Amino acid sequence: MAHAHESNTKRIWIVLIILTVITTVEVALGIVKPASLHLTSFLGTSPLNWIFIILTLVKAYYITWAFMHMEGEKKWLRRSVVWTAVFLISYLLTLLIIEGSYIHNTLAPLVKW
Amino acid sequence: MEANIAVPTDAKNTWSGGGQKPFGASYGKMMMWFFIVSDALTFSGFLAAYGLTRFKFIDSWPIADEVFTHFPGLHGVHAPMYYVALMTFILIVSSVTMVLAVDAGHQMKQKKVAWYMFATIIFGIIFVGSQAWEWKNFISGSYGAVKTTDGKILQFVKDGHQIALSDFVVGERTDHREEHTRKNGLWFENEGTISTYSVDQVVNSYKSNPDILVRTELIDKASKSKTILSREDGLAQLAKTKMVVEGANLEVNEYGNTIFADFFFFITGFHGFHVFSGIIINIIIFFNVILGTYERRGHYEMVEKVGLYWHFVDLVWVFVFTFFYLV
Repeated sequence: MAHAHESNTKRIWIVLIILTVITTVEVALGIVKPASLHLTSFLGTSPLNWIFIILTLVKAYYITWAFMHMEGEKKWLRRSVVWTAVFLISYLLTLLIIEGSYIHNTLAPLVKW
Repeated sequence: MEANIAVPTDAKNTWSGGGQKPFGASYGKMMMWFFIVSDALTFSGFLAAYGLTRFKFIDSWPIADEVFTHFPGLHGVHAPMYYVALMTFILIVSSVTMVLAVDAGHQMKQKKVAWYMFATIIFGIIFVGSQAWEWKNFISGSYGAVKTTDGKILQFVKDGHQIALSDFVVGERTDHREEHTRKNGLWFENEGTISTYSVDQVVNSYKSNPDILVRTELIDKASKSKTILSREDGLAQLAKTKMVVEGANLEVNEYGNTIFADFFFFITGFHGFHVFSGIIINIIIFFNVILGTYERRGHYEMVEKVGLYWHFVDLVWVFVFTFFYLV
């Protein structure tokens, strides 16, 4: 192993601080739900939801790259893992969410409230 | 091209993959990565199915911070998401102690690895315990509601805030219904728990208390909150009441759509099972560290491999947290 005897302790603590701050921001926004972000719409959902999704992906990046030490792996191991997951998951999500909206648009007029 | 090409060998060392190291990673580590990819696809299948169902019922889906409102020691206090934030933090900290164990392993510091592994196991157990507590609250419910013949959940509000059935239901139940146990009916026959109040009791209490309003599952688009009905409309809906619902299970759910509860149990349960098996694996590796197995082997790569699994469990939780509790 090329990275056999070096210590990354400092980076680990920095990543912990980053992850903690992001989680705190998410929870604070989730509790306050500022009307300007929550009740408006941007690209199909509220800006607040987009903030949550982006912050989640940032967290996922730090966990994979720093904790799982993906940054130290060879380029093609990284790609075989990340590309496979990212492409398949985006594909699945796109199809299922479009389908979900379609079912809603078809069924909702039949539901009496 | 950085990748190597595997060369046929006569050596019978299949488990270690011999000297071949495609992508510069050992056999075990690479297989752990590919297992993680497949497990990630499983979880995304579940979360995508959750997404489909949520979009299907987008106008009536339960609002998460009205569902998960408990915090240990704070009874009756509305504490949305604080507890799940704490759980997330605990899991992140356990990830940090795990990566510190891996780091200490690179420096061949046996004692440090053992202590960090121990801390990881403890945090893991705390997390699973917290999840059990969260389940307990969800199953026993916080307010109680009624379900109508057309499958809708009606909740009760006073001054704009949801109130529990016990806050306004008065009088005795009039249907003389008693729970059928093994002692009071047919011999050695029993039934599930029956609700605390009867349907008539709830409806009559509503009629006699003008402060109480009925809230439906329908989300008002402008305010993104649940619709509160007028007294008359509420009564009309209550006339269709079929049963009193307390708590949530796989068949009924006082918070709204039953399938929300199904997904909650299934996805957090599947994740909790991963955490549980992660703890077991960590315990095995912890004992190996103490016994000096990896000291003799000359490297702590096994700690690194279980570390990958443990971080993956944390990674999944980050997504579950976002899509169940935040979005």
